[in-house]
Amino acid sequence: MKKEIIIPAIKNGTVIDHIPSRVTFRVMRLLDPQEYEHTINVALNLESDKMGKKGIIKISDRVLTQEEVNKVSILAPEVSVSIIKDYSVKKKIVVKLPERIEKIVKCNNPKCITNIEPVDTSFSVISKKPLKIRCKYCERSMSREDIALW
Amino acid sequence: MTFKGRSIISIRDFSKQDLLTVLSHAKKLEKTPQPNLMKNKVMATLFFEPSTRTRLSFVSAMEKIGGSILGFENTDTTSVTKGETLWDTIKMVDQYADVIVMRHSIEGAARLASEASAVPVINAGDGANQHPTQTLLDLYTIQKEKGKLDGLNVGFVGDLKYGRTVHSLCIAMSHFKTKMFFIAPKALQMPKSYLEDLKKNNIPYVLEEDLEKVAKDMDIIYMTRIQKERFTDPVEYNKLKGVYQIDASLLKHTKKNVSILHPLPRVDEISTDLDETPNAAYFRQAGNGVPVRQAIIGLVTGKLK
Repeated sequence: MKKEIIIPAIKNGTVIDHIPSRVTFRVMRLLDPQEYEHTINVALNLESDKMGKKGIIKISDRVLTQEEVNKVSILAPEVSVSIIKDYSVKKKIVVKLPERIEKIVKCNNPKCITNIEPVDTSFSVISKKPLKIRCKYCERSMSREDIALW
Repeated sequence: MTFKGRSIISIRDFSKQDLLTVLSHAKKLEKTPQPNLMKNKVMATLFFEPSTRTRLSFVSAMEKIGGSILGFENTDTTSVTKGETLWDTIKMVDQYADVIVMRHSIEGAARLASEASAVPVINAGDGANQHPTQTLLDLYTIQKEKGKLDGLNVGFVGDLKYGRTVHSLCIAMSHFKTKMFFIAPKALQMPKSYLEDLKKNNIPYVLEEDLEKVAKDMDIIYMTRIQKERFTDPVEYNKLKGVYQIDASLLKHTKKNVSILHPLPRVDEISTDLDETPNAAYFRQAGNGVPVRQAIIGLVTGKLK
């Protein structure tokens, strides 16, 4: 049986595929969609042979930078990111975890200065697999499950 | 790395060479005091949270090397009560002082202060996070008592889960050839993240509940207080507080020259009958804070090289 197209193809832009369903909206928030002017299609709980359920984000007319893609890896390291031109894949971007994570992640230590005074958070990646990050200020380490976004 | 202009925030920022540099200057200052080293220099002591012994140790250290001191011991009399940010407080103080010593109850406050400050900041404790000068004086004490830092068996006893001094000393001792013993009830045992780091650095360690069982192996016994304020459940505290109380009878099970350290204050975990034994190093340890803090003040202000 032919599969129904649930989420339409985009002409130009960026497709982030194979996002674990449960983190799709968090990935969306990470990308700060208010900053974008163009159409964004988001779907989750799609059937996936590889993952069971997956999410997908299609951003029209915008090519994500390597830096933006790397941010996604904090929540979803296994995603595949494709740049689309004229309905076909022009380039695949490899997701790389950044060495430092600035601003976007909230420290989960309520006694950390970043939760008390107006100061941007900053974490160093101390282990990539499994992901472990350490707050520059309170030095508390967090794993992927603990990560909350601002 | 050069010390001049550098803030002392966390023991994690220290290389092995950095640690040895501080210890060697502390030793020289203890042997040959330099009463004019910090002449015409000002140290600000900002104690947003009270800590009598740490503050006295810093004040004594600075005064003995000829510097002067300004500061406060609680925030009731400062603009903090008016809602001033830490950033602004530091931006003001760094105009008046050549070095800032700060104690704060909020974790990470010292790192933030060092980013705001034009002069070096020395962290005198930021909540449950770091207290690097305590760790340096602990190391200095171990080196003085044993004549070395390599090849020692170090036992940590008591509250290893929340004990800030234990965590930092464990990180610092990882630079040396050490075997560590962690003696605590299961509920207060060393956090997993520190044990993982030891594994990564190939430092052997033993987890144990019974102090007497492993006492004979240790060169250093580092005692800690089980802190009441860490417990939400008073029943749990009462159950655990008396687990590790040591007295002179422990020495029957130890090496003859074992050194017993404690960051102080003690409550009842070390009986006073140990105080007069040569093994009791804890008061000497407190005294060692003075040359160690002098070395740090001198190094970060560029007066020592």
